[in-house]
Amino acid sequence: MEPLNALVSVTNFMLIPALAYGSQLALGALGITLIFSILRFAHFAHGDTMALGTAAVIGGTFFFQSQGIGISPLPTALLAIPIGIVVMILYLLAADRMVYRYFRKVKAKPLTFVMASLGVMFVTNGLTRLFMGVGETRFEDGERFIFTVREFREFTGLAEGMALRSAQAITIITALVVMVILFWFLNRTRAGKSMRAYSDNEDLALLSGINPERVVVITWTITAILLVLAGTLYGLDKGFRPFNYFQLLLPMFAAAILGGLGSPLGAIVGAYVVAFAELGITFAWRRVFSYLAPEGMEPTSMMQLLPVDYKFAVTFAILVIVLLFRPTGIFRGKVI
Amino acid sequence: MSLTARDLGLFAIMGAVLAMVAMFQSPQLAITILNMSLISAIMALGVNMQWGYAGLFNVGIMGFTAVGGLAVVLIAMPPVPEAWAAGGLGILLGLMLGVATILAAVLVYKRMSPGALRGLAIFAVLVVGYFITSQVFGPAKQAVEAVNPAATGYLGGANLPVILSWPVGAVFAAGVAWLVGKVSLGLRSDYLAIATLGISEIVIAVLKHERWLARGVNNVTGIDRPVPRPVDLQPQPWVQSLADTMGWSLSQTASIVSGLGYSVLFLIVLGILIWLAERALNSPWGRMMRAIRDNEVSARAMGKDVTRRHLMIFVLGSAVCGLAGAMMVSMDGQLTPGSYEPLRFTFLIWVMVIVGGSGNNWGSVLGAFVIWFLWVQVEPAGRWVMETITSNMDVGSDLRRHLLDSAAYMRLLTMGVALLLMLRFAPRGLIPER
Repeated sequence: MEPLNALVSVTNFMLIPALAYGSQLALGALGITLIFSILRFAHFAHGDTMALGTAAVIGGTFFFQSQGIGISPLPTALLAIPIGIVVMILYLLAADRMVYRYFRKVKAKPLTFVMASLGVMFVTNGLTRLFMGVGETRFEDGERFIFTVREFREFTGLAEGMALRSAQAITIITALVVMVILFWFLNRTRAGKSMRAYSDNEDLALLSGINPERVVVITWTITAILLVLAGTLYGLDKGFRPFNYFQLLLPMFAAAILGGLGSPLGAIVGAYVVAFAELGITFAWRRVFSYLAPEGMEPTSMMQLLPVDYKFAVTFAILVIVLLFRPTGIFRGKVI
Repeated sequence: MSLTARDLGLFAIMGAVLAMVAMFQSPQLAITILNMSLISAIMALGVNMQWGYAGLFNVGIMGFTAVGGLAVVLIAMPPVPEAWAAGGLGILLGLMLGVATILAAVLVYKRMSPGALRGLAIFAVLVVGYFITSQVFGPAKQAVEAVNPAATGYLGGANLPVILSWPVGAVFAAGVAWLVGKVSLGLRSDYLAIATLGISEIVIAVLKHERWLARGVNNVTGIDRPVPRPVDLQPQPWVQSLADTMGWSLSQTASIVSGLGYSVLFLIVLGILIWLAERALNSPWGRMMRAIRDNEVSARAMGKDVTRRHLMIFVLGSAVCGLAGAMMVSMDGQLTPGSYEPLRFTFLIWVMVIVGGSGNNWGSVLGAFVIWFLWVQVEPAGRWVMETITSNMDVGSDLRRHLLDSAAYMRLLTMGVALLLMLRFAPRGLIPER
């Protein structure tokens, strides 16, 4: 039974968390890659916009809770997601109206857009902290576990336990559904096709009568939906702290670049690679190997390649390797 | 020195505002703002070299200033002999082994022909190197950190004069910048931004968690200062007579004198840097840089090696940021890795450069003064606004408490709005490039 125990251990401590984290990153990285391919700049306000969207969802959650409205056993936050999405669509469209549209009109350099997104980042960050403060807010409610360690042990009779938190399961399922819908949208609908055409060749798209402002509005709308979902799922899974959302910027960019900037499929693959690398390299493998090793040869050290504090270093190393050896990313992103 | 009457006027207004702070708030506050503005001005100069001269987008300023701050600890603190005896050699050997592993991997990459075999060889070198390194490094690190962890637990420094750490801080930052630049320059312009964002997070993570290096989050305090401390100034007769003539208390006078000492030092450094920067900007080298920034393709056609020049200016600018970081730590007399925050140390500097006028050295200096002044003063102003708004509310109400608490975040909002307004309506800044 020993290898089975090892498998259970690795699933519990690494595979499930990495899948959940990867799904959250994927939703974020998809937004980054979409903005990059349509609006053609690196959106630095992404992490903080995610935080603001989550703050809106938390506000909605607290309102529903105070009214006694819930969808137990599911977390109330799921009910509040539409509120967050509407708020963020309005917010991002307002930001586009007031900030980015002018720079599009004067055909500013890409870095001017990035700089403007820094300004938006500052404002968004200030707003989030104004509403939520800097501390941690937990807003997960409903049934916390689909099955607990104890239930799993009793059911299987294994020594090693495994738990599946509902936040993790919801994250993985939602991310899958959203990705399927997004690909269907991009490949099958008229609006999605016009987006791809615009990103592929702007002049040709204009020539064939695609309205650029409409494409931009659709892009921000989709980004807002992805942002709020990613932020809420991350918050449900790990608690809400504004600064953590800012720090997600690096893994999200790394995922988008690794997959190939501008390629949605690449963003998803990149996100899972980053998540598994981060967790795998900072994971203490001792427990797993103590099941696999023969009697008397169990490892004595933690078997951890890097301390957890260096998870950014892992992301960064991935980024550096990609930049050095294949700057276009796995799926050959555009423009370099 | 290409300052117009208008620019001088702007500086004069800034000086008058600081004088008013000294008169109506307190002289100490004015000097604190002045000193931090001077340091920020040097950081902004560094960023202006990269962005204003060459159009390089660095969002890792925090990392470079922190590396500069580390230099202060490594230069000025006394060494800890017990720690060196416990594991100093092991740590040095471990670091060398780590570097050797990477060099070996690079060598394999360069010498072998491309293919799956090469990939495997590099992987094998890295894995073997990693295990050997961690066998040597791990125990040594633990031994060092176990030496009197409450007071030391690190290797200490070289016990040299603290002023030496300023140039050393610049060199450290330059080294990090060279590594980052080598990897990410010559690619799309946004890639440098993302790479610098990453390296700055890693530098902070290393400072926080490598306790053998600079005590991590336990902070190194009591670093030697280049200027006498207020406590040592108080018994001086001339300080006492100054206190009598100005009508200040003795402790106040001592801290003012000490603060002014820093101001003089910082002004000297800033003056030298501005002089050098202005000379460079108006030399053939500066014109080449601007030519590259404005049109890379034609600069390439003229035979300029754009990537190399970019690397050069990136290293130079980062070195200036490192210098400023070292100066800041030696002014505080402590290194607190927990206090490095990207919004404060990276993005605020960017607001300074943009508001001041990118491409113009004097603009960066003015921007640093204006923005740092706002940064310090917006919080009390925000609190005042909030208090006015909430004055009619119930004293115990949650909303009132929340609004009062949130006054501190008004400054982020203000900075963001300032940046966006400048970008939109005056993209060339307060003192435009000419």
